[in-house]
Amino acid sequence: MALVFALRQLAHVRLPEYSRRTAAASWGAWLTGQRSFKTGTQPLRSNSKVTVHFVNRDGEKITVKGSPGDSLLDVVINEDLDFDGFGACEGTLACSTCHLIFDEEVYQKLGPITDEEMDMLDLAYGLTDTSRLGCQICLTKALEGMVARVPESVADIRQSKDGSL
Amino acid sequence: MSGHKLLLSELRLWTSGRRSRWTVRLREGVTARGNASFPSCNPKVCVVGGGPAGFYTAQHLIKARQDVEVDIYERLPVPFGLVRFGVAPDHPEVKNVINTFTQTAKHSRCHFYGNVHVGKDVSVDELRQAYHAVVLSYGAEGNRNIAVPGEDLTGVYSAKDFVGWYNGLPSCEQLTPDLSGETAVVLGQGNVALDVARILLSPIDILKKTDITQPALEALAASRVRRVLIVGRRGPMQVACTIKELREMVNLPGTRPEMAAADFEGVTEALQDLPRPRKRLTELMMKTALETPGEKEQERRSKASRVWGFRFFRSPVEILADSEGGRTAGVRLAVTRLEGSGEGAQALLTGEVEDVSCGLIISSIGYKSLPIDPSVPFDTRKAIVPNTMGRVQQAAGLYCSGWLKTGPTGVIATTMNNSFDTARSLVEDLDSGTLDVSAAKPGSRSVSALLDKRGVKAVGFSDWEKIDCEEMKRGEAVGKPREKLLTVEEMLQVAQT
Ligand SMILES: Cc1cc2nc3c(=O)[nH]c(=O)nc-3n(C[C@H](O)[C@H](O)[C@H](O)COP(=O)(O)OP(=O)(O)OC[C@H]3O[C@@H](n4cnc5c(N)ncnc54)[C@H](O)[C@@H]3O)c2cc1C
Ligand SMILES: NC(=O)c1ccc[n+]([C@@H]2O[C@H](COP(=O)([O-])OP(=O)(O)OC[C@H]3O[C@@H](n4cnc5c(N)ncnc54)[C@H](OP(=O)(O)O)[C@@H]3O)[C@@H](O)[C@H]2O)c1
Ligand code: FES
Repeated sequence: MALVFALRQLAHVRLPEYSRRTAAASWGAWLTGQRSFKTGTQPLRSNSKVTVHFVNRDGEKITVKGSPGDSLLDVVINEDLDFDGFGACEGTLACSTCHLIFDEEVYQKLGPITDEEMDMLDLAYGLTDTSRLGCQICLTKALEGMVARVPESVADIRQSKDGSL
Repeated sequence: MSGHKLLLSELRLWTSGRRSRWTVRLREGVTARGNASFPSCNPKVCVVGGGPAGFYTAQHLIKARQDVEVDIYERLPVPFGLVRFGVAPDHPEVKNVINTFTQTAKHSRCHFYGNVHVGKDVSVDELRQAYHAVVLSYGAEGNRNIAVPGEDLTGVYSAKDFVGWYNGLPSCEQLTPDLSGETAVVLGQGNVALDVARILLSPIDILKKTDITQPALEALAASRVRRVLIVGRRGPMQVACTIKELREMVNLPGTRPEMAAADFEGVTEALQDLPRPRKRLTELMMKTALETPGEKEQERRSKASRVWGFRFFRSPVEILADSEGGRTAGVRLAVTRLEGSGEGAQALLTGEVEDVSCGLIISSIGYKSLPIDPSVPFDTRKAIVPNTMGRVQQAAGLYCSGWLKTGPTGVIATTMNNSFDTARSLVEDLDSGTLDVSAAKPGSRSVSALLDKRGVKAVGFSDWEKIDCEEMKRGEAVGKPREKLLTVEEMLQVAQT
């Protein structure tokens, strides 16, 4: 998925706001067409997979592997993880439903965060100091064994940042 | 349907037997469809409204229980509610949610019936007789009025209508707003206000590559609006918009910001105690309003031909007419001051007023849900259906979700979560037996018969797909992702081909 990685780099870091949006949209469309196809068509790549432990909303731990360069959203899709509503905008930085929470030391290893990611993250429920958007995090070997927590989203813990109940 | 099956078998090939769980369910469902093999005591649920709330509620119900069948009734021949008719045309990425809605609609235990106006073509009582449970998810189709003298003058529009106009909502097709004045005033400082301001000021070269309607594109190309003031009754720390949308304004090509430094007095001191989202939003606003920009930004601003700015502490009191008395010439704003601080601060009138000349006023102070059927409880003060976790009060078997449940605030993710919550309540009631499903219900069979009798022709999801194809084809011809059909008649015509 080197192409995805390259696209994401382009899409979210280099291009100015407007062309960024177009790039993001076409990447979204590409993803839509391909999202369930990816597992079967892995390109040649070293088999140095990265282990990721997700903790779902019920507190269950789910351990899966992903390839370096894949985003955590890619991993969730490729591994058929059923986190309701996760990744609604398909990785285009327009929804914050891919919100994940990390331990401090993992968070430090996740790499820099763009203003655009922060902007979307600010809308996430249960925002913490170690929150990130899963679609913006690319796996690296250094993240081996990481734990990513899917935050709860039920009504009573909702903080009404967006003026909503 | 056969095309659909083909696609899925291809998909299986491609993925070497590995499919997403949702796809597996989808596929099983597709095979089951048409066999009419469901026993008659399956819980039958109907959802009123085919927007995000309707689709997310349906999605959760179908996933949570393997026996529930869900029918979605939608007033228009086309689905997706505000994702199609609200979300700004230059936000295509937000519309990716449609892909998941489409998966839900194509599930064998879900059916979409468009062109059915609940409350008119079929009553909620009739639906309650036909189904074990009815979920109201029909959104907020009205708007709050500024309720000041002059609001009926030519040149004053609600944001709901203006947005509907540029997004091709059939009922707003005839709006043809007057864009001949240089200054436009947008009342309200939420994200809708920013959408409107951005569309008014965006370079046509950006808009022409979106799915904005052709009439709107032409009107905006000829627009003389050069300055948009976004007016709020409270201060910078109370704006309702979110930072992503503010950043888009700040970066909008061809525009520069124009704000009053005095409005930001005391804000710096208050910054440190704010929660992160509000703090970052306020910081970006202050940077834009107060800081001397770097060389590049200065150059960009000096070349800008269009201007936008927030005006704070101003509440509309009257729309002023021109000398002939028919058209908008300006707005009288009462100067306010804040009592209290933070999100809950209240705007009090100081007695001072200020007149602003403008030819266009767009009132963006919020949408509003409307009652659609006298048999359904409705809280007129809050303009919502009174509910506890989505269960409509004093109406067993009746539920609500989305903007109708919470009021007209929240992004799609908010709507998604509150719709899942409602679906959870419904599933809980099914599991606990609170919702009695022992007697079989006829579901769409009896509703279709009623509709037939009343001469209403429902539009299925595959009919929508014809409309979708036609729109994309027309869009391709002009370099847009889609060219929307603008009238219900035309939609029905294409659906029936
Ligand atoms: C202008 C605007 C822009 C927005 N932009 C964004 C954005 O960029 N990102 C974001 O996350 N959120 C955005 N939102 C918020 C988002 O649109 C809402 O959270 C969401 O659409 C609410 O969903 P809903 O299903 O409750 O209502 P709606 O989307 O309004 O859906 C209600 C549906 O019910 C149908 N209906 C109404 N009456 C009847 C009836 N009597 N019988 C049958 N059907 C009926 C309607 O036709 C409609 O399809 C925006 C909102 C607005 C107003
Ligand atoms: N890109 C996006 O994500 C996007 C785009 C559009 C909409 N949306 C969402 O859709 C929801 C609705 O948006 P919205 O902009 O319609 O509503 P909103 O966010 O509630 O904003 C309403 C604005 O109107 C003002 N207002 C209300 N009553 C008023 C009155 N009587 N006089 C003067 N001003 C008044 C409010 O000011 P006070 O605070 O003083 O009441 C506020 O500034 C929001 O949650 C929004 O985030 C999201
Ligand atoms: S998937 Fe929407 S922001 Fe990450």
